[in-house]
Amino acid sequence: MVRTISTLIGAAFVFVLALALFGTVKTTITEPTPESVEHVFHQEPADIHLASAGLFGKFDDRQVQRGFQVFKEVCSACHSLKYVHFRDLTKIGYSTAEVKAIADQWAIEQPSINPDTGEPATRKNVPSDPFPSPFANEIAARAANNNALPPDFSLITKAREDGPNYIHALITGYQNPPAALKREFPSFSTPPGLHYNPYFANLNIAMPPPLTADGQVTYVDGTKATKDQMARDVAAFLTWTAEPNLNARHAAGIAAILFILIFVFLAWGAYQNVWRDLKH
Amino acid sequence: MSFPWAKHYEPKQPLMRWLDEKLPLPRLVYGAIGAGYPVPRNLNYFWNFGVLAGLALVVQIITGVTLAMHYASYSGGAFASVEAIMRDVNAGWFLRYAHANGASMFLLVVYIHIGRGLYYGSYKAPREMVWLLGVTIFLLMMATAFMGYVLPWGQMSFWGAQVITGFFSAIPLVGESIRIWLLGGFAPDNAALNRFFSLHYLLPFVIAGVIILHIWALHIPGSNNPTGVDVKGEQDTVPFHPYYTAKDGVGVGVFLLIFAALIFFSPNLLGHPDNYIEANPLSTPAHIVPEWYFLPFYAILKSFTADFILPAKLWGVLAMFGSILLLFFLPWLDTSPVRSANYRPKLRIALVVLLVDVLILGYVGGAEPIARNVIMGQIAAAYYFAHFLIILPWISRSEKPVALPHSITAAVLAKHGGTSPGHSALTTDDALTHNTALAN
Repeated sequence: MVRTISTLIGAAFVFVLALALFGTVKTTITEPTPESVEHVFHQEPADIHLASAGLFGKFDDRQVQRGFQVFKEVCSACHSLKYVHFRDLTKIGYSTAEVKAIADQWAIEQPSINPDTGEPATRKNVPSDPFPSPFANEIAARAANNNALPPDFSLITKAREDGPNYIHALITGYQNPPAALKREFPSFSTPPGLHYNPYFANLNIAMPPPLTADGQVTYVDGTKATKDQMARDVAAFLTWTAEPNLNARHAAGIAAILFILIFVFLAWGAYQNVWRDLKH
Repeated sequence: MSFPWAKHYEPKQPLMRWLDEKLPLPRLVYGAIGAGYPVPRNLNYFWNFGVLAGLALVVQIITGVTLAMHYASYSGGAFASVEAIMRDVNAGWFLRYAHANGASMFLLVVYIHIGRGLYYGSYKAPREMVWLLGVTIFLLMMATAFMGYVLPWGQMSFWGAQVITGFFSAIPLVGESIRIWLLGGFAPDNAALNRFFSLHYLLPFVIAGVIILHIWALHIPGSNNPTGVDVKGEQDTVPFHPYYTAKDGVGVGVFLLIFAALIFFSPNLLGHPDNYIEANPLSTPAHIVPEWYFLPFYAILKSFTADFILPAKLWGVLAMFGSILLLFFLPWLDTSPVRSANYRPKLRIALVVLLVDVLILGYVGGAEPIARNVIMGQIAAAYYFAHFLIILPWISRSEKPVALPHSITAAVLAKHGGTSPGHSALTTDDALTHNTALAN
């Protein structure tokens, strides 16, 4: 009885799936899906081997500081960094006094309230402040950027597949559409105000190339600021903003794994000892 | 409880004697997971996974309760509060990564635990109630995991909630009203987030309660074992403590090793990048996928693309829920008196195919919906239902099992090459009669 009922129910599901399968096969044959331009021309980012990658990875503080300089002088004109505070900069090697100065001299002031009138106002940043956003709100940001919204940078390397490599590839990946693309997909175009970039998901990105020339930033540590170097450094900085506790995590991880290995070894010994006289 | 030779708790300290008279809690623990629980001596490492699931639940409750002290269940601030935990709370990154990956570890060990039950026939008489309670725990876990994934209020949280609650709108006539009632609004928002948080905090304790029932029900017949043959006498069992506490210690160590590797070295491996973008009802992600542990069921849902009497969407939702609910009927779908698939050659093959099938469904659930993947998913979904509803019931009727060992001890001694006076494999018919008699 159970067998009959279950067979009938099973047959119903299998039959409906067979119908669905027939439909899929038929559609595949009669209306094959055309290759999409994103599928053919999208490129995967190359590995930039940051110091923070790998099991024993640790941030290269000098590189992260250089990346911060690129962020400060280039990216921060449009991109916010709202979950990071000035005080966090002590973790990448800046002294408390330096952090105080960086906050005090930051180009954008912190939104505030005039203590006398209660009117909206701004004041100078202090280390306990988060990085102030370049735009008051999303509408202001879109209005200033051809209706595109520059994403917040606090988590950008974790919010994109293969984040650090993606940032580097995207910044250095601006180019003219390849000839093959125009041949294979004549309908594809890069509308005015957008820019062709094979590392961007739909190939046309609103952000204009942020790094246009070598030496755009003058590094205080004397490193030669090629476009590639600046892109690598800012990728390192954005890896740090997304995962500021990476050094501590890796260090704790090595200790934890060693500790657990000793535990497994002892547990195995105890197990052998308890069972030594008993076949099982 | 289980066997007459089970040791009884004998408190030696005056304080423990006093406690035993007033509240025999140590007696309960001794009988449940101590020396007072006789367990078959031939359990393999697959029997570690129940304890590991219990450990995973404890880890989830401890990390979860601590995270709740810092989390804000407010749609305007949930995402920021999670970032504050990650950046500013002492060891907050550890708590959150442990909790997020702990969910994956919990589901992983539970899947292996369920697979163990399927292979060794642990769902069969006399352990049907253990199995029914286990499937209940699994359903509660799925609900808890889903609601927990919504709490960080990232893009996948929001759109996952949108898709999952959308299932209810497939119900004819009242579906849309039910969806709105469940969400507390037309779309996931503050009301949904708050009730999900409330339930996400509540359900783990419900799970803990059902686990107590699960273990209670297990202790009446006692544990199954790899041969599936019943315990015949004291020589077949060992006390749970120290024998299996020691063996579980090794399992716990290996579990922690994998868990630590995930937390400390690849904490976002099983997550989706889009969940690091704050929820935005106006921007749909290119590719909405659930967490890995739901992918096979998601693939089943997506495989129903044809209307037949009912709309395709309703078929998909029925099939997705049905694919789990059918597990409740397993003890009655499989009528073979032999438990362990080691002695059931046809079932053994069918179960290996099922494992591959579920892995294919998992792949399809997360893959792009191109024709090749859709076709693979549809075939795999059909096999899933065919396995449980057609193949398994018919196999258990027609299959000729191979000879079962006479007893657990006989099986153990045979494995070690020795012979015991009582060791002789029974004929299949004898074994069947014997097992059936015991089962009834």
